[in-house]
Amino acid sequence: MKRVSRNDIIFLAVLAAVVAVVFLVFSVVGNKEDGAYVLVTIDGEEYGTYSLWQEQEVPIIQDGVTTNVLVIEDGFADMTEADCPDKLCVHQKAISKNNETIVCLPNKVVVQVMGSEESGFDSIAK
Amino acid sequence: MRNKVAYLGVFLALALICSYVESLIPFYFGIPGVKLGLTNIVVVLMLYCVGTKEALAISVLRIVLAGFLFGNMFSILYSLAGGLLSFLIMVLLKRTGKLGVLPISVSGGVFHNVGQLVVAAAVVENYNIFYYMPVLLVAGIITGFLIGVAAQEMILRIGNRLK
Repeated sequence: MKRVSRNDIIFLAVLAAVVAVVFLVFSVVGNKEDGAYVLVTIDGEEYGTYSLWQEQEVPIIQDGVTTNVLVIEDGFADMTEADCPDKLCVHQKAISKNNETIVCLPNKVVVQVMGSEESGFDSIAK
Repeated sequence: MRNKVAYLGVFLALALICSYVESLIPFYFGIPGVKLGLTNIVVVLMLYCVGTKEALAISVLRIVLAGFLFGNMFSILYSLAGGLLSFLIMVLLKRTGKLGVLPISVSGGVFHNVGQLVVAAAVVENYNIFYYMPVLLVAGIITGFLIGVAAQEMILRIGNRLK
């Protein structure tokens, strides 16, 4: 039995090409400008907005319990604490560019960097 | 296959061990949700050597059990979304009869990530996390490829004994 057939190679090449196109489209559309502030949402609802240029520590409180802590420093927002077991959001790198997000799935918390003006992607997504 | 129940139990144990081993490896790329997907070796192997129904049963049982053992309710939800979508795609591609193990495993890896991302976006109600899509697609191709190579070698070497 042959391990890789001609069909396999064609299929993989097409798939790789599709992914390369998606990658290109996203890197062209997604502007890499520094953001101005972060928007924190919980379960799709706005929790608050915080300037990236003001050093601050934002506790995210749900039902009287601090579920996450967001630290903003030098234009970067970073999740430093979470009460969930997997801590994926804490491991994630600090964010600073437009539309970058930190997501804490168990607590349904999304931290998103916003520019000074709404980008086109946002108005479509909303 | 004789002693089917016993064999399926062994496969389930194997899949769970893969989950456990994976949870031990600090395999982290800075992007949440990117994993090697070791258990997919077992799923692909079963798909080829045992049967579609059996592979699906083991896949779902593995996700639920691993979720209770090493994860939480949310990890079950995301894994199920990714696992079922990738399983569906792999079965459909296999049915065409024109593709080998490698492209099927790669497609499984890619659609696993797509399924998880869609559910994640629905749960947090924020569609900006599709921002991760390109990275997750590339990660799916790479992990799917590695898993495919491993699964193919296993199918070629021990596949006949499982039938």
